Amino acid sequence: MSALVAAVPAVLAEGGQTSGAEEALFWVLAPVMVLAALGLLFARKAVHAALSLIVVMISLAFMYVAQGAVFLGVVQVVVYTGAIMMLFLFVLMLVGVGSSDSLVETIRGQRWAGWIAALGLVAVLAGVLGTALYPESVGLEEANARSNPEGVAEVIFADHVFAMEVVGALLVTAALGALVLTHRRRLGPKRGQRELADLRVEGGHHLAPLPAPGVYARHNAMDVPALDPYGNPLESSVPRVLRVRGQEADAAEYAARIDRVLAGRAAKPDENPPPAADPAGQAVNAPDIADAVAGVDLEGETK
Amino acid sequence: MSLDNYLVLAAILFSIGAATVLLRRNAIIVFMGVELMLNATNLLLVTFSRLHGQLDGQVLAFFVMVVAAAEVVVGLAIIVSIYRTRRSASVDDVNLLKS
Amino acid sequence: MNTLTSWATSAPFADIGPAAAEPVSAGIYAVAPLLVGLPLGSAALLLLLGRRSDRWGHWLGVLASAAAFVVGLLTFLAMLDRDASNRVLDVRVGDWIDAGAFHLSAGMRLDPLSMTFVLLVTFVGTLIHVYSVAYMDHDRDRRRFFAYLNLFVAAMLVLVLADSYLLMFVGWEGVGLASYLLIGFWNHRTPYAVAAKKAFVANRIGDIGLIVALGLMFATFGGVDFTTVLGANMSGVSEATLTGIGLMLLLAACGKSAQFPLQSWLGDAMAGPTPVSALIHAATMVTAGVYLIVRSAPVFDAAPTAQLVVVVVGAITLLFGAIVGCAKDDIKKALAASTMSQIGYMVLAAGLGPVGYAFAIFHLVTHGFFKAGMFLGAGSVMHGMDDQVDMRRFGGLARYMKITYVTFGLGWLAILGVPPFSGFWSKDKIIEAAFIPTDGHTWRAWLFGSVALLGAGITAFYMSRLFFMTFEGERRWSTRTDGSQQHPHEAPALMTWPMIILAIGSAGLGLVLGLGNRFVDWLAPVTGEHEHGEPVLAPGVLVALTLVLVVVGAVLAWRRYAISTVPVIPPVGTALTRAARVDLYQDAVNDALLVEPGQHLTRSLVYVDKTVVDGATVGVGQTTVGLGQLLRKTQTGYVRSYAATMLLGLVVLVATVLVIQS
Repeated sequence: MSALVAAVPAVLAEGGQTSGAEEALFWVLAPVMVLAALGLLFARKAVHAALSLIVVMISLAFMYVAQGAVFLGVVQVVVYTGAIMMLFLFVLMLVGVGSSDSLVETIRGQRWAGWIAALGLVAVLAGVLGTALYPESVGLEEANARSNPEGVAEVIFADHVFAMEVVGALLVTAALGALVLTHRRRLGPKRGQRELADLRVEGGHHLAPLPAPGVYARHNAMDVPALDPYGNPLESSVPRVLRVRGQEADAAEYAARIDRVLAGRAAKPDENPPPAADPAGQAVNAPDIADAVAGVDLEGETK
Repeated sequence: MSLDNYLVLAAILFSIGAATVLLRRNAIIVFMGVELMLNATNLLLVTFSRLHGQLDGQVLAFFVMVVAAAEVVVGLAIIVSIYRTRRSASVDDVNLLKS
Repeated sequence: MNTLTSWATSAPFADIGPAAAEPVSAGIYAVAPLLVGLPLGSAALLLLLGRRSDRWGHWLGVLASAAAFVVGLLTFLAMLDRDASNRVLDVRVGDWIDAGAFHLSAGMRLDPLSMTFVLLVTFVGTLIHVYSVAYMDHDRDRRRFFAYLNLFVAAMLVLVLADSYLLMFVGWEGVGLASYLLIGFWNHRTPYAVAAKKAFVANRIGDIGLIVALGLMFATFGGVDFTTVLGANMSGVSEATLTGIGLMLLLAACGKSAQFPLQSWLGDAMAGPTPVSALIHAATMVTAGVYLIVRSAPVFDAAPTAQLVVVVVGAITLLFGAIVGCAKDDIKKALAASTMSQIGYMVLAAGLGPVGYAFAIFHLVTHGFFKAGMFLGAGSVMHGMDDQVDMRRFGGLARYMKITYVTFGLGWLAILGVPPFSGFWSKDKIIEAAFIPTDGHTWRAWLFGSVALLGAGITAFYMSRLFFMTFEGERRWSTRTDGSQQHPHEAPALMTWPMIILAIGSAGLGLVLGLGNRFVDWLAPVTGEHEHGEPVLAPGVLVALTLVLVVVGAVLAWRRYAISTVPVIPPVGTALTRAARVDLYQDAVNDALLVEPGQHLTRSLVYVDKTVVDGATVGVGQTTVGLGQLLRKTQTGYVRSYAATMLLGLVVLVATVLVIQS
């Protein structure tokens, strides 16, 4: 592994000049990176933005390695993509996967100001890059004579050891700060199972378990809502996450089919009263409905 | 290929990050924009390190990463606690400065 | 006493002109500061102790006043021992102001003039203190009253004993303050509080005159102490300046002594308790103006124009008060008008120059006795008549209040100028002096003499009217507004004895002091000798004329108010009567000439202040606020806005740098 890592820069970068391989790598990666970065700007969902940022970061890691910063490339993968971006995703989970960001601007003039500032920044930075004078590229052969990590280690632990210590302290402090910030003090008594049950009764919520999805539907899938005895879809039977994502199937069409089946049965001579007339009759009707549903199911499968 | 290309790329990435900060309202995405800006500067540092043949630029990029890690930890903790109290991750909802 | 002695050492010696003063430090003169200190200390004690001294406070006040009188008497006796030419003394109390070139020491000028005042103030003051003990018996604030009375006595003594105009000004303001406090003593009644305010304001107008005079003196003579000012060589000073000083001093005198045109406050000042009217607004404070003019004699002597104005003012006031006095039905206001008129006599005499100074002071002393006596008598009548002041509801009181009747009668005879009562000795001399031509102007002698003569007749009429309406004729006091019976009764001994003593003074003082020109000689070290001018009419003729006029006036009053029925409801009367009832429209004139223009001025100034001045300042503030409101719009509270601003700023900054560098 270490031999491989040590070999890569030798291939990609010779002296201060870029090799053809490096040039190819750059031109492959750079458009991808810019596109992914633009995804950060335009993605509706935070998860997508995070994923495109990961693309940018991994590409950057490649570029670091290509430029002779092997150690930094590895650290980029480990710290940024491995730790920081995972933390982002974690927080996204906490906040809610469904939290999508509408792109409609609420602050008046902010969009204009933002675009002008960003484009102005591009222009200004281009101006700076254009006017700056660069020395002849030296290259890292000398600095990386032993190996890049060793050279970096020398600089860190010899020249910048104090900064290193301070940064370490900073990290510890930040970890502590995160603990303190997210710590939630318990203000009331602890709620056990008993207390939660009592609360539910007092609050008049649904006491029994929620209905399972798709029980009477043609599909036994999670995204199809269950139907009550009268054929109305039950919203609460579909898992919340699917509802938030808007991935639940439309129950109306299934309900309509059931109505058709029921109407067909009603056309036949039938001494049974309509189901809604007598609550006691529900139990009696249930098998019929089950049959009907089963029929629909079959019908659907044949399609 | 000149090393300038890296610099231009860094400038573009930096600008996109800045635009993200200005235009997005989800605090987490805004934060990602900040990270993108930091990464762009890191690329710049690495390129200059190569240009000058010195490793100090890489070391500085390394420190930037560490500090960014610390920053992310604290920043995300703040976002989480704000979300807990306000049920929202939009930076526009946090405007107590005005009132 | 050691302290006092050490204060009194190293007095500056001055030997200039007729007002030369000899510095003294030993013997009785060392305790002279006690004259002021005793009543002042008592006043402070009474005010500081508050209600704790309620039970005995009034006796402390009487004691302080009496002690001051004893000190004054001892000083007076010591002065009598001295040679007549040696009676102007300076008692130095200490350094007062030492500011660079301006040096002023606080001291006391003891001379026959100030000693006269000291004796008058402390003696009459003590009697009135005693009287007040009974008169204010039912007032829950009697102690405070005595504190103010003591304060007044102290301030008045500072006024007359001061050895510089500035120190005199302190006393001048002090008596003004005491007068204000005492007029408004029953300030829970709004008209009384307003009257106090009116007196205060009118006095302040006069004070402006005194302050300007002080400034002029300092600019002209380089000092404000009597030795410097009065001892200066007046021929070296332009007459215009002296006239200015004299007129300003006259303005001050007019304010304090209720002379025309600042006379309007005295009538309203009767709102104060009657002893106050007797002491302050009859006997002592209102005569301070006369004192001021006589004290400043060298200035006036060198400014004939100012003197003429003084005489004119005195003459106008004399007639003014007399006319008003004829129409007033309120016994105290009638007496106040009479006081005004009598002070007019004094001012007139003071304006006549060396001829009249002594007579002005002489009349001041006798007037102090008989007018105070009459005021106390009026207080006694009010005491017996349940605080009734309307003379039309008196009548026939002679049988019920014998002592008051007799004492008041003696005062009445004195003010009429009936020989040998004291008024005769002083007032007739003033009339005689008015008939003496000054600088050869006989028309002046005729004019002012006639005014004084006429005034004597009118005085006889209105004082007799007052006397007869109160004590003679049929009773008109059986009905009051609420219909209950009046039970007039004689006042207690504490009130009658001061009246008796003052009545004795009214009767005999003129004779004692006037025979053989004793008083004039006594005052000579201050007023200076004067050549005897001859009046345009023979003195004997003048005396006879005066007596005839007095008798005519009294008989007229007798016929109208003692024999015939006096209507309880005042008749409409002639235009003059109606005018006199409202003080010859003095308040209306003041309102029209001063108050309303003043109010308009202040209103327009307020308007200017609000629109222009406030407009400018508020405008600056509002502009700032408006700018702030504009800037505030940029402060949305949104983090992203701030970030956008930062980034835009950065772009602009870097762009500027780029442009500059390229």
